[in-house]
Amino acid sequence: MQISMTVNGVARSADVEPRTLLVHFVREQLGLTGTNIGCDTSSCGACTIHMDGESVKSCTVLAAQADGAAITTIEGLASADGTLHPMQESFRQCHGLQCGYCTPGMVMAAVGLLNENPNPTEAQVRVGLEGNLCRCTGYHNIVKSVLHCAAG
Amino acid sequence: MTATLTPTTGKIGQSILRKEDPPLLTGEAKYTADLNIPGAVFLALVRSPYANARIVSIAKSDALAMPGVIAVYSGAELAPLWAAPMPCAWPVTPDMLNPAHHPVAQSQANYVGDAVAVVLAHTDAQARDAVEKVVVEYDASEAVIDLEDALSDRVLVHPHLGTNKSYRWELKPQGDLSEIFANAVFTVKERYIQQRLLPMAMEPRAVAAVPQPFGGDITLYSATQIPHILKVMAAITLGIPEHQVRVVAPSVGGGFGCKLDVYAEELLCMALSRKHGIPVRWTETRSENAVATVHGRGQVQTIELAADANGRVQAVRVHIIGDMGAYLQLVTPGVPLLGAFLYAGVYDVPALSFECDGVFTNMTPTDAYRGAGRPEATYAIERAMDSLASKMGVDPMELRSRNYIKPEQFPYTAMTGLVYDSGDHQAAATKAAGMADYAGVRAEQATRREAGGTKHLGIGVSSYFEMCGLAPSRVLASLNYSAGGWEAATVRVLPTNKVQVVTGATPHGQGHETSWSQIIADKLGVSPDDVDVLHSDTALSPLGLDTYGSRSLVVGGIAIVLAADKVIAKAKAIAAHQLECSEDDLDFADGLFTVRGTPDRNMPMAAIAFAAFTAHNLPDGMEPNLEAHTTYDPPNFSWPFGCHICVVEVDSETGAVEVLKYVAIDDCGNQINPMIVEGQVHGGIIQGLAQALFEEACYDEAGNLRTSTLAEYLVPAASDVPSMITGHTYTPSPTNVLGVKGIGEAGTIGAAPAVINAIVDALAPFGVHDITMPASPQRVWQTIKEAAK
Amino acid sequence: MIPAAFDYVRAGSADEAISLIGQHGDEAKFLAGGHSLLPLMKLRLAAPSVLVDIGRLRDLSYIRDAGDHLAIGALTRHHDVENSAMLHEHLGLLAHAAGHVGDPQVRHRGTIGGSIAHADPASDLPAVMVAVDATLVAQGPNGRRDIAARSFFTGFLESTLAADEMLVEIKVPKLTGAKWSFQKFNRRAQDWAIVGVAAYKLNGSAGVGLVNMGSTPIFASSTSAAVASGASAADAAALANAEAEAQADLNASVEYREHLARVLVRRALQECGAN
Repeated sequence: MQISMTVNGVARSADVEPRTLLVHFVREQLGLTGTNIGCDTSSCGACTIHMDGESVKSCTVLAAQADGAAITTIEGLASADGTLHPMQESFRQCHGLQCGYCTPGMVMAAVGLLNENPNPTEAQVRVGLEGNLCRCTGYHNIVKSVLHCAAG
Repeated sequence: MTATLTPTTGKIGQSILRKEDPPLLTGEAKYTADLNIPGAVFLALVRSPYANARIVSIAKSDALAMPGVIAVYSGAELAPLWAAPMPCAWPVTPDMLNPAHHPVAQSQANYVGDAVAVVLAHTDAQARDAVEKVVVEYDASEAVIDLEDALSDRVLVHPHLGTNKSYRWELKPQGDLSEIFANAVFTVKERYIQQRLLPMAMEPRAVAAVPQPFGGDITLYSATQIPHILKVMAAITLGIPEHQVRVVAPSVGGGFGCKLDVYAEELLCMALSRKHGIPVRWTETRSENAVATVHGRGQVQTIELAADANGRVQAVRVHIIGDMGAYLQLVTPGVPLLGAFLYAGVYDVPALSFECDGVFTNMTPTDAYRGAGRPEATYAIERAMDSLASKMGVDPMELRSRNYIKPEQFPYTAMTGLVYDSGDHQAAATKAAGMADYAGVRAEQATRREAGGTKHLGIGVSSYFEMCGLAPSRVLASLNYSAGGWEAATVRVLPTNKVQVVTGATPHGQGHETSWSQIIADKLGVSPDDVDVLHSDTALSPLGLDTYGSRSLVVGGIAIVLAADKVIAKAKAIAAHQLECSEDDLDFADGLFTVRGTPDRNMPMAAIAFAAFTAHNLPDGMEPNLEAHTTYDPPNFSWPFGCHICVVEVDSETGAVEVLKYVAIDDCGNQINPMIVEGQVHGGIIQGLAQALFEEACYDEAGNLRTSTLAEYLVPAASDVPSMITGHTYTPSPTNVLGVKGIGEAGTIGAAPAVINAIVDALAPFGVHDITMPASPQRVWQTIKEAAK
Repeated sequence: MIPAAFDYVRAGSADEAISLIGQHGDEAKFLAGGHSLLPLMKLRLAAPSVLVDIGRLRDLSYIRDAGDHLAIGALTRHHDVENSAMLHEHLGLLAHAAGHVGDPQVRHRGTIGGSIAHADPASDLPAVMVAVDATLVAQGPNGRRDIAARSFFTGFLESTLAADEMLVEIKVPKLTGAKWSFQKFNRRAQDWAIVGVAAYKLNGSAGVGLVNMGSTPIFASSTSAAVASGASAADAAALANAEAEAQADLNASVEYREHLARVLVRRALQECGAN
């Protein structure tokens, strides 16, 4: 079936099987491999992207459901001149990543979190990231990164 | 021993931001599954749904008729592709039983998830659709899941071996322990279960094999910790000349030991890509990962302590049963041995006896998992010390103080013959107790106990030693390990004074590029930004033994220091030649050679690098260019240590445990990048805390893994774990030039016993003496209930 | 991770959706947010041959004051339920519970109607429905009908919804000024409850629903009646399992689950102001 959507500001269209998940569409058809897949039960959040401005798990959305939507992936976050998004910069400053595999999803979830709650408490950050798993950092510096970003 | 970090004006010791981060933060980094490999076809595996079953027949025709399917193979059909069975590199005893293990089972499936057939198809979806159409008839038998049941040989995993026991390995005491135990004033005997864990690196495994059909070369891309070891093992297993094999580990999304292995899918992609002359790839799903990637831990431990009237421990006696799973993977049988030497913990104990029975079970093979043997050992001794303290009515910190090896006893030759390099356990414990307000928590605990109620406060301590920096090759030889423990490095100063460092260590999140750059910056007087660290590709870095066991810095880092020293020596000869002075008259600092006493006669490294490149004016007989190679074999393990304190609140009505405070004092000697050290500690602690509170690979009696997804296997999220308070003491290692120790596993080793000691402490008024991990709410509730009986 | 192949059709209206599902028969499924169905399909535990996407029926996403009750469109997302000022004023229990479904990403996609129609006894919102005595509006080929939430759930993942019926609206009472409590006991925040309790108390009325205490969401009618008639929290909680049929799983034995239900119901009722 034919679908069209805006991905990182660029209009994209493609012919996909109905069963194509949004994450497979962006990774395999658009070559945007920054979005990772870490599980098959919507548990880990590695595939988190923004759909019409809100964080979603792209492994649990059909590409067909995103037809017509505006999608932002991790590749669309930094400025074209190479300047990191403040959240990316905060993760770097606070050592909020190690192996980096959960990072694109974690950053997208964190950006979504601050969009909805610009001044969260530590507890709110922790609960706001409940849908994203990380095995390296123990979350300590991820939480610090988000609070650092919120403090601007 | 110094108690403070050596002050530095250089880059070493600075929390420099990681060079690795920008590509990882922007999605630019490529993990194996991200690689664009034109023409690649996909492998999918048919996996046994039975834990112990004879393969009666495999019908392929329906699968072959599916769209996009290229081929379907049974294990028997693939047999001619293997020159040798899959490798186990650690035959721990001469008579260890090791059944042949092939990438696809040929007649018998021995665990749920054991591959029995494979499909090749043009897309991943087509391959996985076709897997469902391969019809396998099984003759299933009873499975062996319980370790003690396995040891009884009631049901055999490999009937042709006649027993489930793979080996018994012993560390024999010098004296007669039974006499010590008979004369002891206090003894304790405890039984602990180290539950099986799923490593759950966030990146599942992925493999792509790209053949060169007309040249014979083959490149394997794999999400592995060990491209160098894998290259050797793949060449042997597949019968391919080693020089034709290149292994590349692209960005790797965490390992924790589970990517320290040689896996069926790696060998299958290589073999089938050669057979078909096309690239073959495979990407693991998470639920597949749960059964097809090695598990960790899996031990039944019995530990006994004998102590004198003051609680001074005189002897430790240990027996463990180690769960091998269905086969021996790369270092499966050796994992318990890595802990063997640590069962006396950080204490001055004259006698230790250790026995391990490795047994086969009908479950996924076990292998290294963060800490590998050492968390298990530390857990046993630290829990047993609390039991002894409780029996004696002594505060657990006081009991530990009476037993710590004293700073002046270092280097300390343990009863096992190993030499502990340096340490100050009392200092770490005192600092931790202060930061945790140990006395204050004890006072509040007393108040709460007086007042009654359902929220019980507990405080738990664990002191640990980690044997890391694997390893002196001769020691590995004495343990029958089939490889060395050295590490290789090359330092190459380019004509424009930029530096390439080639390391045989293989990072997968630890920040080697940054730390190695800091070391080279200080050595050669360049900016860390001018250093490029090459790694993880056997074509770029032909020699290496990779990353595991907290070894990278203490072995690989020292190797680059020594290579840099050789570069400096050569540069000095060039400088002396061009400045027409004796080498002995030259000083080198901040990248500048200066004639002593005549500072205006000098030559910067940049000029020397260019001179070495042009080779117009070098000393007679000197080779052009400025580079040096080293292979470094460490003289000893390194011995990081520390003290962790955990404060919990237990809700006795629901069994819920909340960690109120977690304090960790870790000593890894000198630190290259404190920010990275801190990150390693944080992650390690939460992995250890997760073993204590959340995680367990649960099998049913038939051998089905009931926790095979991240919805059931409880890797905690940010909302489920606490912040941590970390601190350090600084006791440099005297056995290496940087004074460094490892830090990758320390947090995991310290955490689980601290958490469980805290829970048991909280529940002491109920008469609770122990609780099995993970201390789930149900288990806490049940334990309280049973104690009341 | 890759669902089995299926055909996909997108409905432009509720009528069209119902007609499409009728055409395709038993093998067809409605797809709303997809957060109950797609996870099952990815593990190939479900393999419908046709998905009828109703996710774009924007006219079924609303929260309205309908006079004596509030009307919630079935396609209203958890995130919108969680953040509805109207719900916070009149039925804070539902808004609060919706904020505990899954995680933020799930709440951005999952819908109240999907969650209820899926009829998972471990889900949070069905228990709220039975606690507050909601009315569920189903639309089929022959029009709409009201179904009391307390008689909607018939078994594990089963309800009285016919194969060609679609949940279109949820009518919930205005419990303005009620004291309420939602207790969700789990090991990780993102997980389903091991046991959950949704409770409210308003003047002489009370309702208690239990999560994961049987093959359906449980209306704890004995406890509810006891509270309404003035029983203490402890006494009412002692009846918590009267209607439950707890089952064992990895996280809880039957005995532990029943114990938790009593503890959590007592705590919930104390929060609701019972003695």
